[in-house]
Amino acid sequence: MKLTVQDLNSHYGPAHILFDIGFEVGEGEVVALLGRNGAGKSTTFRSVVGLVAQRSGRIMFEGKDVSARPTHEIVRDGLGYVPEERRIFTDLTVEENLEVGRQPKRPNAPHWTREKLFALFPNLGEMKNRPGGRMSGGEQQMLTIARTLMGNPSLVLLDEPSEGLSPKIVEQMVDAILTMKKEGVSIVVSEQNLHFARLISDRAYIIERGRICFGGTMAELDSRPDIRDAHLSL
Amino acid sequence: MAFYVVQFLTGLASAASLFLVASGLSIIFGVTRIVNFAHGAFYMIGAYIAFTLTERFSGAFGFWGGVVVAALAVALIGVLVEMVLLRRIYHAPELFQLLATFGLTLMVEDLVVLVWGPDDLVGRRAPGFRGAVDFFGQNIPSYDLFLIVLSPVVLGILWLLFQRTRWGVLVRAATQDRDMVAALGVNQKWLFTSVFAVGVFLAALGGALQIPRDAVHHAMDLRIIVDVFVVVVIGGLGSIVGAFVAAVLVSELNAFGILIFPKISIILVFLVMAVVLIVRPWGLFGKPEAAARKTPGLTVNPWRPLTSNERLASLAALVITATLPLFAGNYALTVGSEIAIFVIFAVSLHFLMSVGGLASFGHAAYFGLGAYGVAFLAKMAGLPMIVCLLLGPLLGCMGAAVFGFFAVQLSGVYFAMLTLAFAQIVWSIAFQWVSVTGGDNGILGVWPEKWAASPSHFYWLALGVAALVTIALRVMVFSPFGYALRATRDSLLRTEAVGINAKRIQWTAFVIAGTTAGIGGALFAYLKGSVFPDNLGISLSVDALVMVLLGGVETVSGGVIGAIVYKALNIWLVSQTDLSKLVLGGFIVLIVVVFPKGIVGMLEMLSQRRRKASPPGSPLIAKPIESAE
Repeated sequence: MKLTVQDLNSHYGPAHILFDIGFEVGEGEVVALLGRNGAGKSTTFRSVVGLVAQRSGRIMFEGKDVSARPTHEIVRDGLGYVPEERRIFTDLTVEENLEVGRQPKRPNAPHWTREKLFALFPNLGEMKNRPGGRMSGGEQQMLTIARTLMGNPSLVLLDEPSEGLSPKIVEQMVDAILTMKKEGVSIVVSEQNLHFARLISDRAYIIERGRICFGGTMAELDSRPDIRDAHLSL
Repeated sequence: MAFYVVQFLTGLASAASLFLVASGLSIIFGVTRIVNFAHGAFYMIGAYIAFTLTERFSGAFGFWGGVVVAALAVALIGVLVEMVLLRRIYHAPELFQLLATFGLTLMVEDLVVLVWGPDDLVGRRAPGFRGAVDFFGQNIPSYDLFLIVLSPVVLGILWLLFQRTRWGVLVRAATQDRDMVAALGVNQKWLFTSVFAVGVFLAALGGALQIPRDAVHHAMDLRIIVDVFVVVVIGGLGSIVGAFVAAVLVSELNAFGILIFPKISIILVFLVMAVVLIVRPWGLFGKPEAAARKTPGLTVNPWRPLTSNERLASLAALVITATLPLFAGNYALTVGSEIAIFVIFAVSLHFLMSVGGLASFGHAAYFGLGAYGVAFLAKMAGLPMIVCLLLGPLLGCMGAAVFGFFAVQLSGVYFAMLTLAFAQIVWSIAFQWVSVTGGDNGILGVWPEKWAASPSHFYWLALGVAALVTIALRVMVFSPFGYALRATRDSLLRTEAVGINAKRIQWTAFVIAGTTAGIGGALFAYLKGSVFPDNLGISLSVDALVMVLLGGVETVSGGVIGAIVYKALNIWLVSQTDLSKLVLGGFIVLIVVVFPKGIVGMLEMLSQRRRKASPPGSPLIAKPIESAE
């Protein structure tokens, strides 16, 4: 397994947010984490990369327990994270944003260069010197993914990549994610949009009120409309 | 004409050091969000070490090498300070960091006297720049010309460093979003350390380069730090270009202010700063700060009024304190009165800071205004003491009403800086308007009338007023006004959304705090029998901040304990040791690191621990955690 999460519990102050979360991602797999707004998708990702201070549980990445390590070390080991809010450095140009993400080559992961990323996201190549603050939402979404790929991750946590994007950009996003998969990057993608998830994912988990309540292949999910309707708003 | 040109060039030369120190402060603030009060101390150590090195090693190599080595050595000290002290407190509220670096400054002031002695040290002239250049009959030191050229060069180097290197890109990214930088695999710890080292290097270089122009002495840190704060605020915190422009502006204002407006030369700079802050709160070249994603401060206990047992205990403590005159001598009673007065002062600031979330850096202004109010009424109008005591604080009230109106338009660091500027304006007026205030000589002979003249009577008076003030402010915390004020502190937007005029609430709180401080000042004037500009000076404002933070800003009435401990310790140390600043500074640093919630906060936490078997994962000592917020 590429990534195994077991018994993950997280708190914000006195509030208990995640309850015994567990899921797995295989080598080269695309796994969807589905759930409504506030179900705990983002907190799950933030907990995995160590951005939530109060958390417990086991997080095995490439066979090593990373749950006690600081964020930057987890990321340097090849576990990339793309936040939902994008968090582009608005004062930095596109190229400088990419520079912040740059990490050395990794033997077990595809190597991304600026040129390769500009081929994957042609829009970015046309605005190399534009400050991040003067880009559209879709362009920012591409930049935030490209920025994480500059770290040559072997697995990427993608938090709601389709949120707030126009259908045309969503199509580009699907292509980009499939290209990443083809290159050999394992991906966990959190989504509210089942249609989008179906286009890219091999398997899916459903999270509801901080608990995992379903796990299986996309076909299995389709054969259980009751679960789908109970936990996902269409 | 030539004279004015020379004056202009002298101003530019002074701008060099100011720019170096200010840019360092700005860079450090940008990334770590720490307003490094110790920056002036690093500047001073740089000057002292450079003095020693340039004395020992002669020649051009000795001088220039000495300057650079001094700056590097101080940068190394900075790295140590960052790793040992600051890393532990990045997560503490920002004022704590200010407090810790202030403690450091106190320590350094005593340490340099220990090492280099108390006398002014006159350094060597710079080899190659010993002479002066003749300009239409006026002399310009050639070293000044060197400094004039140096600052744009440094500006250029810094620009390249930040725009053209990976380190610079990472620093700029971290200035905006530290967590995201960590989430991209960058080790923030070392980024912070390196930023701190660069900032300290610049400060020390600024100090080292001053030695051919000015004597080295142990008060140069405070002198520059105030100017530097002004520069970074005018230029915009975090902007290096802004620091450059503002350093030139401030230096020229200083150079020409003396010539054109000799009466108000000292306040000219602060007037400009106040205007800039009001018109463009984020400074000339700064950016409006994005609304900070503030996680609500989780106080140990939700605030509640005292239980009846606690009320009895407080009353008992008050009664016991009131028995002091039965067994203590006059000296102890005078000290007791002073402490009681500082309790009034501290609780007034504590009210503003903990309930209103407004950290004033110039609270002494209103304390001092109260003192001057009493002095005017008593000396000029000859009014009886009781009338003076009642009316004197109104001067503090009026000052707070005027300044507070502008100050509450801002928040956070900028609010702090604007209040500092206002306090400095008031101080300068008291200092320069000699015909009314007596200037540096103050107003003497403000003695209490017979009924309050004996130390024991005055002690009871001060104690009684302190108790009344503390109770009144406590009652206010749990009144509807107090709730509204706490709401503005926790979320300004939501407060306005429920129909509260947030600015008016904050303004009211400012006036209440200012008036209360004025009451303290009024008593202080009678205690000392005199009033001096120092009564509204910066160091007194800082004292008040230390007392509040020491007591615990998250508590309802921590200011009381903070004032008692700080003032008593201060008076005792001064009588016991020549190194009182060293001990006091060390004590402050220790408190910040070990008890970040202040003395009262710590006691509350301990009692809560005893009550509950297992505390909810909030460790006593803030753990140094990687990610920021």
